[in-house]
Amino acid sequence: MIKNISNLGDAAVYCDFGNEVNKTINSKVIKYFKTIKKNNIEGINNLTPSYNKLIISFDLNKTSFKEVKNYIENIDPEDSQNINSKKLEIPVCCDENFSMDIKRLEEILKLSKEKILEKFFNKEYFCYMTGFIAGMPFLGDLDENMRAQRLETPRVKVPKGSVALTEQFANIYTFESPGGWNILGNTPLDVFDSSKEDKPNLINPGDTVIFKEITLDQYKNYNEQ
Amino acid sequence: MSSNYLDIIRPGINTTFQDKGRDHLYHIGIPFSGAMDNRNYLIANKLVNNNLESAVIEFAYQGPHIKYSGEKINIAITGDVFFSIKKKDTEIEGNCYQSYQIEDGDEINIISTNKSVYGYLALGGELDLKFQWNSCSINTKANIGSNDGKKLDVGQRINIKKINSNKDIKKTNYINTKIENIRVIKGTNFDYFSEEGKKIFYEREFTVSKLSDRMGMRLEGPKIDNIVNTNIKSEGLIKGVIQVPADGNPIIMLSDHGTIGGYPKIGVVASVDYDRLVQMSPGSKTKFKEINLSDAETLFKLYEMETQNLLSQI
Repeated sequence: MIKNISNLGDAAVYCDFGNEVNKTINSKVIKYFKTIKKNNIEGINNLTPSYNKLIISFDLNKTSFKEVKNYIENIDPEDSQNINSKKLEIPVCCDENFSMDIKRLEEILKLSKEKILEKFFNKEYFCYMTGFIAGMPFLGDLDENMRAQRLETPRVKVPKGSVALTEQFANIYTFESPGGWNILGNTPLDVFDSSKEDKPNLINPGDTVIFKEITLDQYKNYNEQ
Repeated sequence: MSSNYLDIIRPGINTTFQDKGRDHLYHIGIPFSGAMDNRNYLIANKLVNNNLESAVIEFAYQGPHIKYSGEKINIAITGDVFFSIKKKDTEIEGNCYQSYQIEDGDEINIISTNKSVYGYLALGGELDLKFQWNSCSINTKANIGSNDGKKLDVGQRINIKKINSNKDIKKTNYINTKIENIRVIKGTNFDYFSEEGKKIFYEREFTVSKLSDRMGMRLEGPKIDNIVNTNIKSEGLIKGVIQVPADGNPIIMLSDHGTIGGYPKIGVVASVDYDRLVQMSPGSKTKFKEINLSDAETLFKLYEMETQNLLSQI
């Protein structure tokens, strides 16, 4: 299932599952990720699943590339039972104060705001990975005619909760951060909460997300309910 | 209420609490953090009879000016650092790699690091800090760790929970070594670069840019030409990865790095050189030198043995 296993430096193993980005390949990555995580191998100190790669970092004082590679080659991720994925609804407000790049998207996609929102909401998206900044989910796939490139010049500050698009993916800025994605709206939900140490991320790889449109009033009242 | 505490008169440029860092969190987007220069972090703790994984104060360039109140306590500073200790009627110039006993009203003024970046102040005891995921290390980008994930600020007070009963004064003759070349292992996208680009990477000189921090070190030099694609599908990063974006200048991922990135990886810094890499200050000139995996593993083992030797002699 893994096409190639190589070393990334002297303290990480780079597992290559292919070059395409799709749910089938990503599900394999997530299966390996969950199996290795569950087995809790001495010396392995981090796992980073992404669209089609899995990086396994280890403590060079405790193990080595050869040992970890050998372990990876001999596990059967099919054995891991339920992947335990959730289905989540994420409320998003696209009021003009939030949808900072709607004009740009209308121009690039040659679609009206109504049409863009219609295509974006009430559709299932798959969480391929989380990261870059803590808890940020990478969700896909957007419709073919909803795909836009990153901004030429990234923003220095993207507001917390921004829901943004690039290529076939949507993401959510879990806290204020620099970023170059096209901002469509904002969610009042806390997608990352560092005070919840056991599960800081609302959305995890393998989860399914449906965005639901809310009004500005609903947005303002959201956290007061 | 703690009766032993530090007051920050001047915080310094980038002063944070750091320890060994936090692991098993890359998959949710949280990097290791932890002390940048691990060897100097461990030595600082050993000099004040601390558990080696205790929290210390890490500073970059200009350090903090601190006033101490409370019972006698030992302190030690490691790195290449200019500092002074002001007592009631005298002020002494401090030496790194030895412990000092300070008492109520004494001040520690960490003026600057010398031709290096990071220094460490350890206090013989336990600071009263919040832990997140078993670490108090501050990650200012995600606001994780002690001090609400923010760097130390003027006027704040840091309480000390416990002072070590062992107040033996310790000293070591360690001298920081510098690296002229950064040893690297070929990266997973090495073949994205032109023959000329690869030659430039290994043969030409690069300068450490001012735009370097705990997240990453940028280098400037001749452009490393990419002939395949200047972007890859976003994938995981580890500390030490050297990415080359479209502008052709390498960026090395450091301890607070983003966990996912989309630029081609030309190489990865060998673990043996990490502590000394982070100490290269802006303007430093350096070259990359290729080594293979097995040499990198051996060199790291020797470096670790040397660190353990240094610690056992303190």
